[in-house]
Amino acid sequence: MAEHTIKAFDDEMDRLRGLIAEMGGRAEAAIESAMLALQRHDRNLAAQVVADDRKIDAIEAEVEKLAIEIIALRAPMANDLRDVIAALKIVSVVERIGDYAKNIAKRVPSIATNSRTMEPISLLPSMGQVASEMVHDALNAFSARDAELALAVIDRDTVVDDFYNSVFRTLVTFMVENPKTISECAHLLFIAKNIERIGDHATNVAEMVYYAATGQTLPDRDPSTTPATED
Amino acid sequence: MTEEQQSLAPANPKMTARDVKVFYGPKEAIKGVSIDVAMDNVTAFIGPSGCGKSTFLRTLNRMNDTVASARVEGTITLDGEDIYAPSMDVVQLRARVGMVFQKPNPFPKSIYENIAYGPRIHGLAASKADMDVIVEKSLRRAGLWEEVKDRLQDSGTALSGGQQQRLCIGRAIAVEPEVILMDEPCSALDPIATAKIEELIHELRGRYAIVIVTHNMQQAARVSQRTAFFHLGDLVEYGVTSDIFTNPRQERTKDYITGRYG
Repeated sequence: MAEHTIKAFDDEMDRLRGLIAEMGGRAEAAIESAMLALQRHDRNLAAQVVADDRKIDAIEAEVEKLAIEIIALRAPMANDLRDVIAALKIVSVVERIGDYAKNIAKRVPSIATNSRTMEPISLLPSMGQVASEMVHDALNAFSARDAELALAVIDRDTVVDDFYNSVFRTLVTFMVENPKTISECAHLLFIAKNIERIGDHATNVAEMVYYAATGQTLPDRDPSTTPATED
Repeated sequence: MTEEQQSLAPANPKMTARDVKVFYGPKEAIKGVSIDVAMDNVTAFIGPSGCGKSTFLRTLNRMNDTVASARVEGTITLDGEDIYAPSMDVVQLRARVGMVFQKPNPFPKSIYENIAYGPRIHGLAASKADMDVIVEKSLRRAGLWEEVKDRLQDSGTALSGGQQQRLCIGRAIAVEPEVILMDEPCSALDPIATAKIEELIHELRGRYAIVIVTHNMQQAARVSQRTAFFHLGDLVEYGVTSDIFTNPRQERTKDYITGRYG
């Protein structure tokens, strides 16, 4: 894309993109670390994820400040305006994604059983992997203004939803058969739900990227494919 | 017009232009512009210097007739009537299609006389009482009455720049025009005076078809419902203002309004 006549404007937009890329990278790492901590039952790593969430929150605040400055001082138009608005909305969503990763990490100490003795846990890392890749691709799509990649992210949300439904059934069955594990299984169910929400939020990011890149909003998706959700 | 431009054109146009070309000597300043101007809209013409937006604006009330080397081709109609037809009375046309210029240019006469001049030569007032009514109504519509009602005999040139510009708008209004053309009406004004003119444009909308040429894109965004982007004598894009400023279709429009032009 051609540069702005005012170079400082380009610098500010680059900085905005850079901050969002960094924030996305941190959110992605938080999901991965939280899942790893769950698998290995690594309390230290889990605590690290919780602590690192503050940095994600700090970047959100920084992006908001910068975006408001750009709107006030540069009066961005057209694709620039869409980028700034998308950036503002994306950071609040990524902040939520970070919170979900933090919530997963917080539950790690409550789950004493390891994956070898508890089959439902084994599905969660793969589910987390898909969700974290969605976050990764959604933010890459923002950096590259890639509407196609954004659409591909949106398509992948059903994979996470299918995982969730599968984990849900498995956990319920497991709880019926092993009532002593109900407390831990309840935690796992919340973790699965958190990952499912991460997938939804990555989808939201992708929708904003699509809007920023094309100026068109996507029609609402069929809600029947999405599991019942509560925020 | 392309099909897409046609579909974006306002219904019930007040003025239409079809394949309008303007030449200054051998130079083609406007290269075949077709556009419809609606009654209930403020239409903004934007574009870089030399893009032809002012030249095109001036074809709408035959202001280019006063430029010896200028030649206009194509068709421009007002209520379906060809304004370049030999039968068209240019003085009458300019009463119906009024104009406000970049620099406020009140006559070096009293505030009252600035407003009364047009109605008098067009024979719109039968008596002094009639004229008083026209002067008050015009100054009220121009948002200037409260500021000048106690000094109507003061010279128009003694007013501030913003007041002078509103006086000029009042002068254009006084002859009951149908269309008001504004050629960068705020470029010589400070932000407060500019805001007052913009508020006035907003109030006048609907009563007159208003076409405004502006260098200030924010102003176009603020005051207009439709925006036309001109570049190098072409009409590049014409559409609903909010679309032009959030999602322009043409690369050239986007580069201009986002500050990437040139």
